[in-house]
Amino acid sequence: MLRLEGVHKSYHLGRNALHVLKGIDLTIESGELVSIMGSSGSGKSTLLNVIGLLDGYDAGSYWLDGTLIKNLSERRSAELRNRHIGFVFQSFNLIPFKTALENVALPLYYQGMRRKDRNRRAEEYLEQMGIADWAEHHPTELSGGQQQRVAIARALITDPDVILADEPTGALDSQTSLEIMAILREINSRGTTVVLVTHEHDIADLTRRVIHLQDGVIIEDRRVGESADISREVEAAVASEVGPS
Amino acid sequence: MFDIDTWQEIFSTIRDNKLRTFLTGFSVAWGMFMLVVLLGSGTGLANGIEYQFRDDATNSLWVHPGETSIPYKGLEPGRKVQLTNADYHDLKNNLSGVQHISGRYYLRGQVTVTYHGETGSFSIRAVNPDHKWIENTTMVRGRFINPFDIERYRKVAVIGKKVIPLLFKNLDPMGRYIEINKVPFQVVGIFTDAGGEGEDERIYLPISTAQRTFGGGNQINRLMLTIRDANIEKSESMEQSIRHDFSGRHHFAEDDDRAVFIRNTFEHFARVMEMIGGIREFIWLVGIGTILAGIVGVSNIMMIVVKERTREIGVRKALGATPWSVVGLVLQESVSLTAVSGYLGLVAGVAVLALASKVLPPNEIFLHPAVDFSLALTALAILVFAGTAAGLVPAVRAARIRPVEALRDE
Repeated sequence: MLRLEGVHKSYHLGRNALHVLKGIDLTIESGELVSIMGSSGSGKSTLLNVIGLLDGYDAGSYWLDGTLIKNLSERRSAELRNRHIGFVFQSFNLIPFKTALENVALPLYYQGMRRKDRNRRAEEYLEQMGIADWAEHHPTELSGGQQQRVAIARALITDPDVILADEPTGALDSQTSLEIMAILREINSRGTTVVLVTHEHDIADLTRRVIHLQDGVIIEDRRVGESADISREVEAAVASEVGPS
Repeated sequence: MFDIDTWQEIFSTIRDNKLRTFLTGFSVAWGMFMLVVLLGSGTGLANGIEYQFRDDATNSLWVHPGETSIPYKGLEPGRKVQLTNADYHDLKNNLSGVQHISGRYYLRGQVTVTYHGETGSFSIRAVNPDHKWIENTTMVRGRFINPFDIERYRKVAVIGKKVIPLLFKNLDPMGRYIEINKVPFQVVGIFTDAGGEGEDERIYLPISTAQRTFGGGNQINRLMLTIRDANIEKSESMEQSIRHDFSGRHHFAEDDDRAVFIRNTFEHFARVMEMIGGIREFIWLVGIGTILAGIVGVSNIMMIVVKERTREIGVRKALGATPWSVVGLVLQESVSLTAVSGYLGLVAGVAVLALASKVLPPNEIFLHPAVDFSLALTALAILVFAGTAAGLVPAVRAARIRPVEALRDE
């Protein structure tokens, strides 16, 4: 699904080069639920940007779904992002003057879908997220949890292969965080690959695989679900807090 | 690209930034308003000046005899030059480029005109048939002097319409006889002249009849002609050849300016028109400059808009917006802002001109200010083009926004 081989990436700040990714080898299979951990400056966000085609890389190679991602035109990478990747951000990044519905429908606009069709589809996804009643509200009228649900609906609407979430719970309280994680797990259980970046162990433990990054190299790649019971405990906790949805 | 979504976005940015949008739009509208008002005033000025030239043909040469001021071939200076029928025939037959030509003979001393006891004093001009074209005389009824009148020394008169109430009261003057210094002349036509009140109180007679009847011999007092396909060089060379011709026949030095005066209305007219053309160009320059200032304003605002929306544009790109769709977004906003406000300025300008045209008392310097429609459309086209230009730099900048940087959480 995703394959990185010896990926290097440096940022150039004036004369100094900041070597952020120092040879990343990583394969993520379809249907995985992966968290990337690391302290700030470890390169985890940069890695996510490279995976999400938001940023290029200097050396190595990256295949997304069998396509080598290298020297793509802006237009081509915009297309690939639109079709294959759904983004969820820490600060939601909803467009403030658009309603929840319009925000969710936006990726379909860039696919050239007719307004009526994409709005119908956006309604379905809002319904799935349990916020259909808020469809005509603007982001500022929504709580953080609701905004993130809108953002997840927007990420899902193009039916992407992979959801990339950059600190999706970073701006949320702990209960809402668990709710959002429950949603991401639900999405994953239906077959969508989910990769999230976090610095919180609680959140990482809710995924099935934890990749630990430090100074631009992977220092740990751990499968969670197999041995740890924590996962089940938390799941129970989430289930009790979220309630049946 | 121009669908409901982009319009919706334009409206929402306008809604969120009313004052900023208003100020920018106002500067464009003001520029357009000024251009329209200036162009309209230019037209008014041109109309006014053309109106001043309405009396006489604007392509004419007028020859007035004077007195010699330079000794010539042993002849004393101070001799009067007397034009004659020979001069008329010579110019008519030999000078090239003549369109219409007429002599004029004035009756000397006190002239009284009488009809059945009613007497008046009118200015009387004895002329050739072409005089009608040179003075821009318009016939109201009947006819002007014709070649047969000249040939057969007919005693006919063409009277101005203001003469009628003074001599005839309520009678129809056509066919009646008026007495000029006791000599009866039959009225064959009534005219009016754009030159004004005074012009309509004149009486025209055939020049040949007047010369014979009132003892003028072959003398004429003035010669006038219009130039075919006039241009400045042609009018000047004709002026020179007349001077050359007359200096030979009337024995004066060719460089003696006082022997014969030649008034070149075309040269005068052309110079004034040239000046008006210059003023027009200047007006365009000023107007375009004003619009340009507005456009720079729009460009600035769009720059700020792009800066403010950096994150939004980053999000759009992450969601699959191509660089071109981002360019389109910014350009469309810029073009609609300039086009709408420019159009409002245009309408306001046209309204002000219409009002001025109605309210201002008619005068001879400023007449019917107006902007013709195609000119207004040209201005609008310039504006839309300028709107595109104004949006281009910000749009390209927007398209270059890197989503990674725009989305970075600070």
